[in-house]
Formats: sequence, structure tokens, C-alpha cells
Amino acid sequence: MRQFYDRILALVFAIALSVAAAGLAHAGPYEDALEKFTTDDFADTADAVTAVATSGNPLAAQLIQALQNGQLQYSTKDKKVFIKTADGKLIDAETGKPFDGTAPDDLDTVRVNNRLRGVIDAANGALTLSAPDPNKRYESAQQVFRSRDAAVLPAIDKALETEKVARVKKVLNEARAAILLAADDTAAPDRIAAIEVIGARGDQDSLALLRALPADMPAEVSAAANSAIKAVERKLTLWSMVQNAWYGLSLGSVLLLAAIGLAITFGVMGVINMAHGEMVMIGAYTTYVVQDLIRANYPGLFDYSLAFALPLAFLVAAIIGIAIERTVIRFLYGRPLETLLATWGISLVLMQAVRGMFGPTNKEVGNPSWMSGAFDLGGILITYNRMWIIIFTGIVFVALLGMLRFTRLGLEMRAVTQNRQMAAAVGIRTARIDALTFGLGSGIAGIAGVALSQIDNVSPNLGQGYIIDSFMVVVFGGVGNLWGTLVGALTLGLANKFLEPFAGAVLAKIAILVFIILFIQKRPRGMFALKGRSIEA
Amino acid sequence: MMSSHPLIRLLDRGSTLFLILLAAFAIAIPVSNLLMPAGSALHVSTYFVSLFGKYVCYGLLALSIDLIWGYVGILSLGHGAFFALGGYAMGMYLMRQIGDRGVYANPILPDFMVFLNWSELPFFWYGFNSFAYAMLMVLLVPGLLAFVFGWFAFRSRVTGVYLSIITQAMTYALLLAFFRNDFGFGGNNGLTDFKDILGFNVQADGTRNALLVISCLMLAICFLLCRGIVTSKFGKVLIGIRDAESRTRFLGYRVEAYKLFVFTVSACMAGIAGALYVPQVGIINPGEFAPANSIEAVIWVAVGGRGTLTGAVLGAFVVNYAKTFFTSGFLAPYWLFMLGGLFIGTTLLMPKGIIGTYNSWRASQADKKQAAKDNADNSAPARAAEEVA
Repeated sequence: MRQFYDRILALVFAIALSVAAAGLAHAGPYEDALEKFTTDDFADTADAVTAVATSGNPLAAQLIQALQNGQLQYSTKDKKVFIKTADGKLIDAETGKPFDGTAPDDLDTVRVNNRLRGVIDAANGALTLSAPDPNKRYESAQQVFRSRDAAVLPAIDKALETEKVARVKKVLNEARAAILLAADDTAAPDRIAAIEVIGARGDQDSLALLRALPADMPAEVSAAANSAIKAVERKLTLWSMVQNAWYGLSLGSVLLLAAIGLAITFGVMGVINMAHGEMVMIGAYTTYVVQDLIRANYPGLFDYSLAFALPLAFLVAAIIGIAIERTVIRFLYGRPLETLLATWGISLVLMQAVRGMFGPTNKEVGNPSWMSGAFDLGGILITYNRMWIIIFTGIVFVALLGMLRFTRLGLEMRAVTQNRQMAAAVGIRTARIDALTFGLGSGIAGIAGVALSQIDNVSPNLGQGYIIDSFMVVVFGGVGNLWGTLVGALTLGLANKFLEPFAGAVLAKIAILVFIILFIQKRPRGMFALKGRSIEA
Repeated sequence: MMSSHPLIRLLDRGSTLFLILLAAFAIAIPVSNLLMPAGSALHVSTYFVSLFGKYVCYGLLALSIDLIWGYVGILSLGHGAFFALGGYAMGMYLMRQIGDRGVYANPILPDFMVFLNWSELPFFWYGFNSFAYAMLMVLLVPGLLAFVFGWFAFRSRVTGVYLSIITQAMTYALLLAFFRNDFGFGGNNGLTDFKDILGFNVQADGTRNALLVISCLMLAICFLLCRGIVTSKFGKVLIGIRDAESRTRFLGYRVEAYKLFVFTVSACMAGIAGALYVPQVGIINPGEFAPANSIEAVIWVAVGGRGTLTGAVLGAFVVNYAKTFFTSGFLAPYWLFMLGGLFIGTTLLMPKGIIGTYNSWRASQADKKQAAKDNADNSAPARAAEEVA
């Protein structure tokens, strides 16, 4: 038994010895690298950082972190590197254990310059390539793609072997390609393969990478690069067009919302309502009041605030609209220019009244949670509030179209639009239709205000900003036909956004106005003009 | 009863009264300001002189609107644009007169151009150091714009509210353009800090009184021009166009040519008003292009009475005096209510305006008198007739 114990003891001792010997004999890349920190030379430090990052040693991350924070200390005499903790204790960088001897007297902080910071960032990228969280791996691969530090290549290769998540793998491949492309000693076939990978990525960064390729490449490499550049440019142009189209659609839907009520009242009554913008403003203020009440009393319902605001805004604006029609406008039929002036007066009164009640400053109207934020779609960013407004506009448009087409009121409204005298002769009470039409137009302006409160400042001047644009839509699209308004609004929205990149926002707007002024010469009654004898009257 | 002598047609009772009143103001105000001692009850302040001068310019703008709205039925909601363009032409002359007395002391470039690091004068500023050239531009720029705009609009028969909306779009487009710094007209600060006009200090009392007198003179000349247009045969065609455009066209008149001529004349008059306005208020900025300004000018005409010429000027004076009075006191927050109410009330209750309503009232009085007289005259023959029967 005793003998057995001795043997075990001997064995353990031997194993311990051999492990210690191995540790001494095979000082790995990490340990080699540490020594370079002690020379106080930036180039050596840079080499050391890269070596540490690619060593795979578990202490590497902590060490580079310390270097970045100015907590890495070295001693030239002892050729040792320490990590100084926040409370002033020293940790031996080689073992990761607290250092319990006496500190060397020539201890100094490892210095870092700008070039080194770049190297450190790249090293950090390489280190997190093996992080357990795929999002972190994805981010770090992207970072490597941008820094394209050749020293990280081994780490990338290693990560590629083990990577399972497809999107991370894709970016790793792109990062690898970016490094290969930038390196001087890559063989031509490898370079062409790299160009292909980067070309497939197809964003602004890859375009910059491909363009940075030196001119003295072999012919086939240059050719591949050029065709890749062309492909990426095509793709980017396409996406920027999609982006413009999206913005244009968004602007167009806002214009449609603001103008559609105006188009209805103008179509049926031949009256330009200069106070239409103020109905939009009143809708926006209704939203503000509803949100204020909900915030104060039922904060849990905030996400549903717009559902309460919509019918209320419609009602408030419609009632004000009908009141305006009954008290002012009905006395001015047959005098459209005077109506214009009277409704302008009404708009002044309404604006000043709101200013008096709520103050002249902007009011804070919040987005419900389902309307805030954004998501990526291909190469463009889509915000939820814009998306919902487009959908909402579509719903309003279809509902209105259905109302005009299938309801009794719609039928009578169309009849009055086409021929007022005949409509009256067959027994339609045109005065009632006028009042209801005006209420409907104002109500729609009210719900447009609810939508606009989500993307614009809610102030007494809100309506003024939209009124001229709405007029332009109505004038361009023609009256008495909702499709004209739709086409007019979308055309103006798209034209505005497609002109903006060339001309700037203000010039684009001026160009549109000039265009409409010229357009109306050609088609004085808009694109979708009603035809018939009574129209000219 | 209707005299066919042109001069008598030109100067009816109202017009004569108007010209006499205008002349009285043009003489009395400078006399009172320059010759009366400061403490005297008959002395008016220099502030009042400039204020009155401003009203006269507004009156001229209203006159130009009344010519097209009252007599041809063209409601322009963009006449402020012509006013502002005339003002800018005058402002450019005044800027060039500053010379090297600006903050940056550049003898050629106005301060804002030095500030924007421009090295030389843009071509459209050439010639504005000459007063004659500037005055030509005061007429030419608004006139040309109105001609081109009207040529397009009237030829394709854009009428009614469509035309109003399009004129509004025109002034809005100009507003946006003039707000831009790189457009070359001082951006949103506009043109200001004027020093001299024709060598006279614009701040001096004498210059201000002279500007007032010139403004009154121009108003009188333009008024006579308008009277000349509307009382001539040409003017009868204009009224025909206003009341039944298609019918006038079918009678063989070139409606668009008539409209174009009057629209252009009206724009030139608005330009003159703007040019006289700028040295008296000392600034011109893109705010003058705001559509709201143009619409407000229309309401002056409506309040005074459209289609009366004298009414337009009266309306400009009344509304602007009310504005000055109410926006300076504790009633300031209610001014927009009043202005809005004025728009609604005038169109609803007094569509003919002050002068128009007065004229109708006088006409009805005259009718009554005539009817009474006819009654008295007719009673004797009527009795005789009865006797015969």
C-alpha cells in the first residue's frame, strides 16, 4: 500500500514537473508578444497588439482593454508586463494572477498614439470575432471589414471555420475579401474572387474599397474591379431611386390627405376654402388634447390615443365646417372670389383663436409605440410613422371613393358636381348637400390633421404650410374626380423628392410651382377635368 | 345730361374731391412738419409723415388691384409680388448708393455680398447705381413678369379662382426664391441700411416730406391714368369682360389682349408703389412676397369699394390706419380677429364697400327724388286724361 502511494506521488510530481517544463519551453505567441510591450517603441507595441489579439489566449481581451485605458504597465529591466487595476493593484499579464512581489522601480505606462488606436480597434474586432453573441460577432466582422487590417486575417480564417450563423459568415467572408483586396501580396485569382465578394455586398463602403484599388493591377483584375464597380453603382442608383420613390410616396400621401377634402368641396360647390388648412390644424390640436387627457387620466391607453383622436377630429372639424357653411358660405354662392376672401378671414380668426387658447408655441404630440422607430428594407430605412400614414391615406382614399360610389349621399354629391340645376330639378336638396359636403371635406381635413400631428410640428401655423401645396394638387389634378387628386398628389410628391437631390429642397419646390403655373396654361381645368356643358358656367 | 367731353368724364364729383383731398394732404403735411415749430398744435411728427407716405403707397397698390379686380374681374392674390419687385429694384439702387459707407466699406459690393464672400457684383446688379436705370427696372421687371404670366394665363383662358390660386403660387414661389442667400438679393434679411437717394439723406425730414409729395403725385397720376382707362371706350369693353366674358369674346373683342394690357399696367403701378414704399420704410425683405400680404391688399379694395378707384385708396387708408392703431395698443391680440372679421363682414354685409354703398344710397335717394318729381309732374296730365275718359 505504501509503495502504491509513493508511486502515485511520484507520478503526480512527474506530471507537474513536465507541465511546468512545457510551460517554460513553449512560451507561446502570447508570451512572446508581451515582451515587445517593454521596448517603449510604437511599432513594437503595434506588433505586440496584433500578436496578442491573434494568439487566442483568454487574457488577450483583458490586456488590450487595459492598453486602451492606459492601465498597461511595463518594466524594461524585468521584461515584464502588468495590468494595473483601478484600485492600484498589479496583475501579472502573463498569468493573469495578482502580482504579490515588490513592483519593479522602473514601472511605466505603455504609451499609445493615434496609429496604435487604429490597431487596437482592429484587434478588438478580431477578438470579438469569437464572442458567443452572434450580434457581437457580426458587428466585429463589420469592423474588420472597415479597418481591413491584414494581421486579423488568421483570426478571420479561424472564425470562418467555426461560424454557423449565415449572416455573420457572409460578413466574415466580406471582411476576408476586403483584407485580401487591400493586401499587396495577394495572387490575382484570389483578388478577383475578393472583388466578386465585395461587389456582391454592393454598398457605399464596397464601392470605396473597389475604387481604392491601385491602378497597376494585372489587366484581368482591373477588368473585374471595373465591372464590379459598375454593378455596385447600378445597384446603389437603384436603391437611391427606391429611396426617393419612398420619400415621394410619403410626401404625396400627406399632400393627398390635405388636399382631398379641398378637392371635394371645390368639386361640388366650386368654392375654394382658404380655411381648409385651419381644419387640418384643428384636427392636429384635437389629437393634442386627446393625448393630453389620456396621459393625465389613463396613461395605459396612450397607444390607442389616435384611435380616439380620429373620430373626434373628424367630428370637431366637420361641425366647425358645417357651421362655417351655414353662417357664411351659403350667402356667397355664385360669388367664388368673395368666398375666397371670406374663408381667408375665417382662417385668420381660427388661427388667432387657437393661438389664444393654446399659445403660439409648438405643442408636443407623441407617437404611439407602434408608430415610432424604423426598420431596414434592403438599402433604405423606413420609419413606421411614414409607413402608417401611407397606409392610412390609402384607407381614407378607398373609403371616400366607396362613399361617393355606393352611398345615397355620394350619388347626390356627384349629381350636384355634374349639374347643379338638374340635380335640384330632380329633387335633390342641394343646400343640404352643400352643407354635408363642406362638413365632409372639413372632417377629412381634421383626420389629415391627426396624421400630420405625427410627423409635423403642431402649431397654429400648421395649416398655412400645407394650404398652397394642397391648392396645387387640386389645380393640377382637376376637380370632381378623386383619382385626379390622387394622381396629382403623388406626382407632385414624387417630382419634389426626385428633384431635391439635384436642385435642393427650395429650388425643387419653386420648380414644381413654375411647372404647375405652366401646366395650367395647357390644361386650365387640371389633368382630370370634368367634361360637359355645365362645367364652364 | 351725360357730357361727352373727355375731361368731364375723367373727373366726376368723387374723383375731383379725391384729387383735391390728396393735394391738400400733400401740401399740408410737409408744411406742418417743416414750417411749424415742434411744440405747435399744427405740427405733425416726422413719424407721421413717413406713416402717411406708407399709406399712400398702399393706396397706390390698392388702386392697381382695383383696376383689374373692380373693372376686369381678375382677382390677383399675388399683386404683392409686383409691389415687392418694384421695391427690390429701388432697394438695389439704394444699396449701390451706400458705396463704401457699409460695415465692410467695400465700394462696389453691398455688405451682404461681402459677408457671403462674393468677389464681384452679379450681372443683374449692373446698372443699378444709375437712378434712371433703376426707375426703368421698377416699371420693367413687374411689367415683364405680369406680361409673361398674363400672356400664358389669359391666352389659355385661366379665369376665376384658378387664376387667383395661380397668382398666389407665383408670389409664393418668389417668396421662396428671395429667401435664398445665393439668389443674390440679401436672403431673408433683404436690403436695408440705406443712406442716400439721389444724394439726399433718406433719414432727413426734407427727404421724407419730398418722398411723401412724390408718392401723392404718383398716386394722382396713376389715378388719372386709371380713370382714363375705365372711362374710355376701352374701359367699357373691360367692364363687358368682367360681367360676361364669353359674350364679349363672341362680340369679336380680343378678350385676352384687353386683359393682358390692363394686367401689365396694373403690375407696373404696383411696382411704382413698391419703389416709393422702400425708401420711406427703409427696408425691403422677402416677407413682402408673402401671400398673406397680397390677400390683405385685396381686402383694402373690398372695404373701400371695388370698381370705384377712389374706394380702393380710401380702403387702404382706413384698414391700414386701423392696423396701426390696433396693433400698437392692448388690443393687439385681437387685431387678427378684427381683420378676419373685416374679410367676412365686408363680403357678407357690404359687398360694394364704403364708396359703393354710399353711391347706391345716393342713387336711391336721387331715384326717390326723381320719382317724387315725376309724380308731381304726372299728376296734372293724369287728371286731364281721366277727364277725357
